Amino acid sequence: MSANSVALAYLTAAVLFILALKGLSSPVSARRGNVFGMVGMAIAVLTTLTVTHNVAYILAAIVAGGVVGAIVAKRIQMTAMPELVAAMHSLVGLAAVLVAMSAFNNPVAYGIAAAGEALHAANRIELFIGTFVGAITFTGSIIAFGKLSGKLSGKPLRFAGQHWLNLGLGIAMIAFGIVFFLSPGWTPLLVMTAIALALGVLLIVPIGGADMPVVVSMLNSYSGWAAAGIGFTLNNNMLIIAGSLVGSSGAILSYIMCKAMNRAFLNVILGGFGGGEGAVAAGEAVEKTYRSGSADDAAFLMGNADSVIIVPGYGLAVARAQHAINEMSNLLTEKGIKVRYAIHPVAGRMPGHMNVLLAEAEVPYDQVVEMDEINNEFADTDVVLVIGANDVVNPAARTDPNSPIYGMPILDVHKARTVLVVKRSMAAGYAGLDNDLFYMDKTMMVFGDAKKVVEDVIKALQH
Amino acid sequence: MNVVDPFIINLTVFVLAVVVGYHVVWNVTPALHTPLMAVTNAISGIIIVGAMLAAGPEHLDTGTVLGLVAVALAAVNVFGGFLVTQRMLDMFKKKGK
Repeated sequence: MSANSVALAYLTAAVLFILALKGLSSPVSARRGNVFGMVGMAIAVLTTLTVTHNVAYILAAIVAGGVVGAIVAKRIQMTAMPELVAAMHSLVGLAAVLVAMSAFNNPVAYGIAAAGEALHAANRIELFIGTFVGAITFTGSIIAFGKLSGKLSGKPLRFAGQHWLNLGLGIAMIAFGIVFFLSPGWTPLLVMTAIALALGVLLIVPIGGADMPVVVSMLNSYSGWAAAGIGFTLNNNMLIIAGSLVGSSGAILSYIMCKAMNRAFLNVILGGFGGGEGAVAAGEAVEKTYRSGSADDAAFLMGNADSVIIVPGYGLAVARAQHAINEMSNLLTEKGIKVRYAIHPVAGRMPGHMNVLLAEAEVPYDQVVEMDEINNEFADTDVVLVIGANDVVNPAARTDPNSPIYGMPILDVHKARTVLVVKRSMAAGYAGLDNDLFYMDKTMMVFGDAKKVVEDVIKALQH
Repeated sequence: MNVVDPFIINLTVFVLAVVVGYHVVWNVTPALHTPLMAVTNAISGIIIVGAMLAAGPEHLDTGTVLGLVAVALAAVNVFGGFLVTQRMLDMFKKKGK
């Protein structure tokens, strides 16, 4: 194909990628959007095949990677999505590094330098940026993957002088970038890549497990910028467009997650939170009293309500109680009770995670409502069932300026007429805080495993 | 006037794409943020095009081998990303299906 036809085919692909994201504005159009994305990618790959040699090798590589990807996509558990996403970011990061190295090895093949000529100044900068962003994404995502999958401890790893070390490495990396800019050669490029790989590890280890939703979003963003950086190097507009879409998407998701946790982005990135270090020792030794009841009591209260809102937290998924909760809400709906689910943005381990976990359990998505849309309705609700959630329903976030989570947006569960809380024990949540909700007169604690409790409720409702 | 530097053209495209991305992504419903991440994973697999170009020169050498490895890595993302997105989206159903 001529260079012009190739560029036009790439333009078509880029537009299809934009439509793929646009489709996600509603579950109705999302599937069609995903098909647009696939068609765009097919156009991009097939077009590129017409301008390369070694077609057989390339096809073999695509099939090899594609089979692995397809198997993983089919087998992965929905609870493991954050790990999968992190692992995939690392692949993009590594691919970006390899492509940059290859471009440096043979710039003539890319048409970014004439034979015997050195790389242009702009190309050198782009190559440098593409490489280091890719390298940081690669190792950073591996650490995030390890923490999310439990292969590494979720505790933040901190040591004296950590930030200074990172700063020093960052400066060294840029210094080698400048050396590379002045006299392009393998030594500065490889040293710089090695430093970037180390930085990827060091930047993520101090961040605690609770902050991983932000980290995964951030790495999502980086993987996009890495692809865009390679697009600059290769003067390929489609790579730039696709990379920028991904980059902005990840950046926006990071912002949304930070806001939902009431944390400054920089504060998350510098790390140290979510490992119990900041957990304030519960000052008052006063024994507070709470009311507890059985699953039968809970079934009675919900069965006689007009409206029930279920607030699921990640504990629900840990207990694998999603299907049971759907069965329970179906029984309540059959009795003419209005049932809805209220989702806090950080209810799962990544943005939108809880929605997927509920969808997998066949909860209809029109019963699942986001925090901002449902918060006004708690006051008119008879019974709220909090299950596997804690900090996101802690009224201290609104009322106690001394609380570490003060200012964090919460679900206004405490405004409902009756609150049922399913929990294993009175132990504190992720942030290590006590929760006044549990001691309110309108609250009834139901102790036990989430799945067991819900199954008992179902039995009671059926009688 | 001289020809515009390719860098400036790239930068133009980049800035416009970021603006488009910003608006499109804010329109994504929060319920679909996980599929959004999965599909952007697939889209960032677009680096496969760069990898194919790296693997494309006639003579096989270090550069082309690196390119082929990158093609395989990116293909995992492309296939895995789109298929897992499809799988998730198929789960989102309305009441009374």
